[in-house]
Amino acid sequence: MDTIQESLVEVGVDPHLPAPVGESAARHHAVTLPEKPLVIIKPRQSLVALDLRSLWTYRELLYFLIWRDVKVRYKQTALGVTWVLLQPLIMVVIFSTLFGRVAGLPSDGIPYPLFACASVLAWTFLSSAVTKSGNSLVGSAHLITKVYFPRLMIPAAAICAAAIDLIIAFAVLVPMMIYYGVVPRWQVVMVLPLTVELILLAWAVGMWMSALNVKYRDVGFALPFLTQIWMFLSPVVYPLSVLPPRFRLVIMFNPMTGIIEGFRAALFGLPFNWLAILISTVVVMLLLTYALFSFRRMEREFADIV
Amino acid sequence: MKPIIKVENLSKQYRIGAPKEAYTTLRDTIAGAVRAPFNALGRNGRSGKNTIWALRDVSFEVVPGEVVGIIGRNGAGKSTLLKILSQITEPTTGQVEVYGRIASLLEVGTGFHPELSGRENIFLNGAILGMKRAEIARKFDEIVAFAETEKFIDTPVKRYSSGMLVRLAFAVAAHLEPEILLVDEVLAVGDIAFQKKCLGKMDDVAKKGRTVLFVSHNTSAVQKLCQRAIWLGSGRIRRDGACGEVLENYLHEMRDNLGSDKLMSRDRDFTIANVRTLGQDGEEDQAFMTGENLRVELDYECAKTFPGAYLYVAIANRETVLFAANMCLDGCRIPAGEESGKLSVTFKELPLAPQQRYYIKVGGRASDNRTPLFEDSDIEVGVIQVVGSTADIHLNGEASELLISDSSSVLVPYEWDFGKGRVRNIESFKNVKLLDHRSF
Repeated sequence: MDTIQESLVEVGVDPHLPAPVGESAARHHAVTLPEKPLVIIKPRQSLVALDLRSLWTYRELLYFLIWRDVKVRYKQTALGVTWVLLQPLIMVVIFSTLFGRVAGLPSDGIPYPLFACASVLAWTFLSSAVTKSGNSLVGSAHLITKVYFPRLMIPAAAICAAAIDLIIAFAVLVPMMIYYGVVPRWQVVMVLPLTVELILLAWAVGMWMSALNVKYRDVGFALPFLTQIWMFLSPVVYPLSVLPPRFRLVIMFNPMTGIIEGFRAALFGLPFNWLAILISTVVVMLLLTYALFSFRRMEREFADIV
Repeated sequence: MKPIIKVENLSKQYRIGAPKEAYTTLRDTIAGAVRAPFNALGRNGRSGKNTIWALRDVSFEVVPGEVVGIIGRNGAGKSTLLKILSQITEPTTGQVEVYGRIASLLEVGTGFHPELSGRENIFLNGAILGMKRAEIARKFDEIVAFAETEKFIDTPVKRYSSGMLVRLAFAVAAHLEPEILLVDEVLAVGDIAFQKKCLGKMDDVAKKGRTVLFVSHNTSAVQKLCQRAIWLGSGRIRRDGACGEVLENYLHEMRDNLGSDKLMSRDRDFTIANVRTLGQDGEEDQAFMTGENLRVELDYECAKTFPGAYLYVAIANRETVLFAANMCLDGCRIPAGEESGKLSVTFKELPLAPQQRYYIKVGGRASDNRTPLFEDSDIEVGVIQVVGSTADIHLNGEASELLISDSSSVLVPYEWDFGKGRVRNIESFKNVKLLDHRSF
């Protein structure tokens, strides 16, 4: 009890608190208020502004959310960050055996493991980023109902944390390319814009799914199957060239087609399929715009229904 | 004086039907879409019976430096109001103009991650509450000192005791420096000594000219901290003014709401007019500590012909009556024919577990000690909260703080005997040195 008694003394709140009302006027002479309100809270009109500026205001929070995800992800694992390299490696081994050896799928003249590695890196990122951000809002219900900040931060942080994994995972390519004696040519500079496009695509889909998930928990169940189907509709285990020409154009409307084919071309010095890249860029931009607006529209209900 | 918060005709409508659990599935929506045209035939307009106004035309202004208490029963709209002001949820109509930086504290430790260390959580939680990184770094030492957790600052918080966790979480929040601070019922956690420390800190904040909106059930805390109170009832402002006056009206109505019909005897010759709960100091209170004396005071009126009766006053938790003072058993009687009187019963050294809510119930039998005195067998006339942490009553089990609110309500002394002379006597809560938790 002693400790408690002590801290009681410490508090030392004045027992004669000043009398109500009257004195309040005296104490805030120093406060100067801005002319215009900093915030006006009112029901939002149907057409919403994107308000990307608030994202900038809260950039430090974004940083902390990413930092938390990265920090927490590999706690209490024996292998830690090694998993980032192991995951694509294991998939490459499985795909090379199953699709390369057993099924004998062609690979545009590149050794199949190398061929698969480029697409698997892009794909593991996309599926993990979409899954994580798709579940991010629901997983942060305790934050959403208790604190205000731009809700876009939550799926965005999940994507960024996954993007850090992607960048680390690129390291897998180096020993493999050395082993197969493939030297990158000038095309390799395209890896950067393609990676940006890939991240934007993951953001668009992840953000849209996360918002839908708040209202319809079905999303959480459907997402793994949808990404699985999406993978087989993307040239991950096969090259685009294996498809009959009339299907190629159709499959190019899947934005992952342009990105994956682009990755392979950039890394292994193949000719670019510019049409596929163009279509995919346009589709990503459209998806992103749609996702942003629809997220903002659904956002105001989050706290009430999550 | 120009207001720092200007609330105009604020309303918020909710759809009812367990909003938290009842999230829709696609199937419901599809089924709903099929049914919708048929529903539309029967009833027009969307705002049917399934909605409720959590707030209705609420308007008020707050000037800088004011500390405003928001009081009201559960479901009166207090939390909805804070949620709208914190921009967590949108109003349905009306608007609020805010002329300063707002920080809201609707919960202690929002966003704490169990795997991260105390140090890391301070930064994370600070950022979530709206602090800049540099600001957190500057106040870091102060926060740690306030929380008294220096030794464990690099330990993952999942290994913290719940008391430590609350201290750390509150320490971060207490160091927010917004122009406007919104605080929900967060002080109901932690031990009494720490609660006092927090209230002291909040009072400092107010003295520095910051504006505070403070929601609480603890009327004595509101009384001590606030100059002005707003009383919300069913989503509307019932009264807005000087704290003492509003509180008085509020408490008065809480008493009146007992329902005089219910408290009138079947023969209409005996009525309980008022019920109060009083603490050790003789002041009216709803918060008690384990081991404290609880006095229940009843004002009654009776007819000249009233033949006397047997009354009982019981303390119950949500499930059942725990103990009672029962005239039917002890043989005492309400005196006959005195027109009006005051009667009180003191329960000594409450053996009640903290962090639970208890209900005061009254019942009785007529002078024949057989016929029920009132229409209902027992009537709830008051609620008390037993406060404090398990540490306050010397229950030092590792998870005690987490378990106490769900554990059995009555504590009696007992003794463990593990053989070979190993005896543990557990009656420490009998020796609790009572703190005066009312004087903040």
